[in-house]
Amino acid sequence: MKFSEAWLREWVSPALETQALADAITMAGLEVDAIGSVAESFSGVVVAEVIAKAPHPDADKLNVCQVEDGSGEPVQVVCGAPNVDVGQKVPFARVGAVLPENFKIKKAKLRGVESRGMICSASELGLEEGRSAGIFVLPADAPTGQDFRDWMALDDATIEVDLTPNRGDCLSIRGMAREVGCVTGNKVIEPSIAPVVARNNAQFPVTVSDGEGCPRYLGRVIKDVDISAQTPLWMQERLRRSGIRSIDPAVDVTNYVMLELGQPMHAFDLDVLEGGIEVRRAHAAERLTLLDGQEVELDERTLVIADRQRALAIAGVMGGEASGVSAKTRHLFLEAAFFSPLTVAGKAREFGLHTDASHRFERGVDPEITRNAMERATELLMAIVGGSPGPISEARQPECLPQRKDVVLRRERLSACLGVRLADEDVQRIFRSLGMTSSAPGDSWHVKVPSWRFDVAIEEDLIEEVARIHGYNLLPVRRPAARLALSADHEATQPLSRLRRHLVSRGYQEAITYSFVSPELQALLQPQAVSPTLANPISSDMSVMRHSLFPGLLKALMHNLNRQQTRVRLFESGLVFQGGLDELVQTSMVGGLICGPRQIEGWSAMRDTVDFFDLKGDLESLMALGGQSDAWRFAAETHPSLHPGRSARVYREGKPVGWLGALHPSVRAELGLKPEVYLFEVEQAALAEGSVPSFKPLSRYPEVRRDLAFVVEDSVAVADLMERIRAEAGAWLTQWQLFDVYQGKGVPDGHKSIALGLTWQHPSRTLNDEEINQLIDAVIGRAQSDYGAVLRG
Amino acid sequence: MDHLPALVNEARAAIAAAEDAQTLDQVRVRFLGKKGEITALLKGLGQLAPEERPAAGERINEAKQVLLTELETRKQTLEQAGLQAQLESERVDVTLPGRGEINGGLHPVTRTLERIESLFQRIGFDVAVGPEIEDDFHNFEALNIPAHHPARGMADTFYFDAQRLLRTHTSPVQVRAMQSQEPPIRIVCPGRVYRSDSDLTHTPMFHQVEGLLVDEHVSFADLKGTIEDFLQAFFERDDLKVRFRPSYFPFTEPSAEVDIQCVMCQGEGCRVCSHSGWLEVLGCGMVHPEVFRHSGIDSERYTGFAFGMGAERLAMLRYGVNDLRLFFENDLRFLRQFN
Repeated sequence: MKFSEAWLREWVSPALETQALADAITMAGLEVDAIGSVAESFSGVVVAEVIAKAPHPDADKLNVCQVEDGSGEPVQVVCGAPNVDVGQKVPFARVGAVLPENFKIKKAKLRGVESRGMICSASELGLEEGRSAGIFVLPADAPTGQDFRDWMALDDATIEVDLTPNRGDCLSIRGMAREVGCVTGNKVIEPSIAPVVARNNAQFPVTVSDGEGCPRYLGRVIKDVDISAQTPLWMQERLRRSGIRSIDPAVDVTNYVMLELGQPMHAFDLDVLEGGIEVRRAHAAERLTLLDGQEVELDERTLVIADRQRALAIAGVMGGEASGVSAKTRHLFLEAAFFSPLTVAGKAREFGLHTDASHRFERGVDPEITRNAMERATELLMAIVGGSPGPISEARQPECLPQRKDVVLRRERLSACLGVRLADEDVQRIFRSLGMTSSAPGDSWHVKVPSWRFDVAIEEDLIEEVARIHGYNLLPVRRPAARLALSADHEATQPLSRLRRHLVSRGYQEAITYSFVSPELQALLQPQAVSPTLANPISSDMSVMRHSLFPGLLKALMHNLNRQQTRVRLFESGLVFQGGLDELVQTSMVGGLICGPRQIEGWSAMRDTVDFFDLKGDLESLMALGGQSDAWRFAAETHPSLHPGRSARVYREGKPVGWLGALHPSVRAELGLKPEVYLFEVEQAALAEGSVPSFKPLSRYPEVRRDLAFVVEDSVAVADLMERIRAEAGAWLTQWQLFDVYQGKGVPDGHKSIALGLTWQHPSRTLNDEEINQLIDAVIGRAQSDYGAVLRG
Repeated sequence: MDHLPALVNEARAAIAAAEDAQTLDQVRVRFLGKKGEITALLKGLGQLAPEERPAAGERINEAKQVLLTELETRKQTLEQAGLQAQLESERVDVTLPGRGEINGGLHPVTRTLERIESLFQRIGFDVAVGPEIEDDFHNFEALNIPAHHPARGMADTFYFDAQRLLRTHTSPVQVRAMQSQEPPIRIVCPGRVYRSDSDLTHTPMFHQVEGLLVDEHVSFADLKGTIEDFLQAFFERDDLKVRFRPSYFPFTEPSAEVDIQCVMCQGEGCRVCSHSGWLEVLGCGMVHPEVFRHSGIDSERYTGFAFGMGAERLAMLRYGVNDLRLFFENDLRFLRQFN
C-alpha cells in the first residue's frame, strides 16, 4: 500500500515529522518499506501561460513562444514539444531554475533565436516515469506566476507500507488513517458522504444467484456522461502518488474510491449490457476476454458478473474487455459489491493475475462501506463527466454477510499470555481506539469487532491487538522456567558435526550446493536415476532434485578449477531424493571429492596426484569413527558415473550404503574435466552408527609374529584372501597386517605378491612353535586351495 | 723411577693432544694399558729395595690417578664437542612450514547453524530435523495456512504436484514434533528451505533455524527474554538493542518481527541497515491455537512460542559477508576465509 502523506493528513494529522509518522506506523505492525518524495527536487519553476507561438525560422520542429510567467513581461522561449499551444497553462522553468539532476536553466540561443527558460514536461520534473510525449499542460485555472511546486503541493511524501495479509483493512487511506489515529491518539476526520439524489428512474435489474459468494451487490446507472472529460489534476496526482496511472474518468474515479475507502468498484458501458446483471457461477467452459486482452476459460468454481447473454467480469478480480468503458461510452453502470474473501481467494492467481481488486477482496473488504463508496463514486464522477444518476439498485442476502460476533477475552488469559496484568481501563481504551465495543469486564470482555476487521475472530486475536497497541516493547521480559531434564545421549552414535569435523581435519572444505540440479548433468552421471522434478523451477538447470551429492560437488569443483585452484578437496552433507514422488526416499548423505596434487604444494611435498587409495583412506578413517571398522566392506562394482575398474560399492553389515571411485573418463571428457577426480558418498546414518567400547583384558604373555608372502593371480581380491586367512588363523590371532603388494621382477606376469604379518597372542599362556606352525600350515593350505596362492620363497 | 715426572708430563701432553676418542684410548693404552709405560713402572717395583717400594708405589699410583682423571676429563670434553658438532650438523630451519595436510573448514552457514544450535542446546533445546520434500498439510494446513490463504503468497513455493512441495520453512519439523511428543517440547529445527525467488538478496535455497517451546505457563515475556538473550549471545554483545515489532504469521499470535540495533554501524545508520539503524533478523510469536489443534495439543493447558531466523542473514551480519550468493558458489577463496 503506497499513499501520499498529505492525503493521509487530510484524515488524521498527528504532530509528527514524516519519519516519526512512518516509525509510528511501523511499530504498530504495518511495516513502512519506503518513504519517497512525490517529485524530484527542482526550483525556479512557475505556472505560466503560453500567449503566442510562431514557427522557428530555421527549424521545422521548434516553435518560438511567448509566455506570461507572472513577471508582467512576456518571456520568449523556444519550445520543441509538438503539443505546445497558445492559451495553455504550463510549468515554466525560468532562467536560473534548477531542474532535477542539477540541470541549470540559462539564457540560450537555439538556432539563432534567443530562449529565456524552458517549458517543462512531466518527466523533466520527475513527475512521470520514462519520457513524456510533450509538455505538461496544466488546467486553465492554474494561477499564472505561482510557484509550481507550491501549487502542485509537491512537498509531500509517499509512504509505502508492506502490509501483512491479515491487514486488508489498511488497504485504503481510511484504513491507514484509522490505524494512525489509534496509535497516535489523534482524531480521525472522515469526509462526509451524502447520498446523491437520483435525477432519473433509470435502473438496470440486478439479481444475485450466489448469495454466499456475493451477499451484497449495488448497481447504479448514470446516464449521458461525457467520458472525454479530463480527470482533474488533483485526482490524477493522488492516484500517481499512490502508484496508479490515470486512464479515463470512470477508471480513475473507481480507483480513487478504492484507494480512499478500500472498496474496489467497476464501471460498465451500459449500452453493451443486455437485460440485467446476474451474479452467478460461471458455466462450464464459459469464455471471457478480460480487460488485459487475455481470454480465459471459466468453470463453476468461478463467480462472475453476467448479463442475460454472457459473463462480463470475474467477480472481484477483473472486468471484461467487451463491457468496459470506452471512448464511445454514453451511459455508465457502476458496480460496488461485497464478494466474500473465500470466493475470490486464489482466483486471480489461478488466471495468472493479481489485481488491486482481488488483492483487497481476498483479504476482506468492509461490507458496510459498499453504499458509501457508491455514493462517493457517483458524486466524484458527476463532477467530472456530468450525467444524470438513477437510484441505487441493491441485491443482498444479509444472512450471508460476515456476521459481527462477539469475541471473548478472558482477563486471566490476557495476563498469562503477556506475562503482565494490564489495567482494565487501558485494555478498554485500546478496544475503543480500534473501533471495538466491549462490555464492562467481569472475568472477561465481550468485544464487538468492527466490520472491517476480518482478522479478529478469536481470543488470541484480541490479545495481539491489546499487545500491539500497548506496545510490544513495553511488555515485560523474562526467561522461561523449565524443569531440568537431561536428554538422552547415545555415546555410540557419531553426530554429523563430528563427521564434518573429521573431514575438515583431513583437509576437506565443506560445500553447500543447491538441492536441485540440472537434469542433463544428473542424467549424464546417472542415466537411470529417478528423482522428483519441480513443476515451477527457477530455471531449467535447477529443476530436478538431486539423486546424489555428485552433481553439486562436481559443479563446485568445476567452479574452482575454472578459478585456478588445482587442489580441491570438498565435502557436503545433505539429503538426496531418490525415486518418484510416491515412492520417494529422502536420505541424508555425506559425500566428498578430491582432485589434484596429493599434498599441498610445499618445500617437502611430492608432486604426485591423488588416487583411489587417498580417498579410500579418508573414507576408512571416517568409517572408523564409530569404532566398527569390521562392519564395513568394499566391493568392486560398477556405477554409471565411476570408472569401472576403480569404483567400489560400500557395504555396512551387508547393506549397500554408498559408493566411491574415480569419475568415469568419458564423464570427465563430457564435463571437460582434465584432472582425475575421486568421489564418495555414504549414507550418514551408516557413518553415524557405532559401538560403545568394551574392554578386553590385556595378555601378559608374549606375542608371536610370522610374516608370509604369497603369489596369487592378479584377479584375487586381497581383502577376500585376508579374510579367509584370518578365519583360518585361529582365535589367538590378534593382528593381521598387509605390508606389501608387489608386482614385477620375480613375480610371474598376471600375478602379484602379497606380504602379510600375522601376530598371535594367547590370553593365558605362552604359545609354542608347534602350535604356531600348525596354524601357519593351515593358513597356507587354505590360501592355496581357495585362491591358488603359492608361498613365496 | 726417576723419569716418572717426565713420563707423566708426556702422558698429559698426549691426553691434551688427543682429538678424538680413539686417539685418547691409544694414549690410555700406551701409558696405562697392560703393557703401558706407567703400568711397567708398577711392574718394576719389585726390583726396588723393599723399604723403597711403598713410597715409590704410592707415587706411581698417584701419577696413575692423575692421568686417569685427566683421561676422563678429556674424554668428556671430546664427547661434548662431538655432541655439539652433531647437534650443529642436525640443525633445521624451524621456520619452514610443517608437513602434512592442512585443515579444511566448515561452511560459514554450517558454522552459524551449529552456533545457534549450541546456544539453544545449553538451555535445554534439542535439535530436530525433517524431510525437505513436504506435503501441503505439514507445510501449510497444519500451520493455519489453508489453501487460498493470502499468506501462501508470502512465500513463493516450489511445487512438485498439487500436494507435494519443497518446504518453505522448517516449521513442518515443529508440527511433526508436536504430533509425536508430549509437552514440554523444546526444539530447534535447522535446515534447508526453499522459495522460488532469485535475485541479489534472495537465493532459491537458504537455511533457517526455527525454534519451539511448548509448556505450561509460557508467555510472550518468556519469548522476549529468550530472543533477547539469544541475539545478545550470538553477537556477543550484552548491550545489543533488540526491539519487537508487531507482525503477522499465520501460525503465531501475537506475532512479532525482531530488529536488532545495526551491528555494522552500531545503530548510527549505514547502507546495510538502509540508514534506519535497525536490522530485521527474526520472526516469532506465540503458537496459534489452530496449530496446537492440528497437532493434538491442548491449547488451554499449554502455551508456547516459536521463532524462526535465516542462517545466511545472521552469517552475513556476523562475518560481514556482503553478497548472499557467495554462500552457494562454493568458491574455495571464500570458504577458506572461515577456516
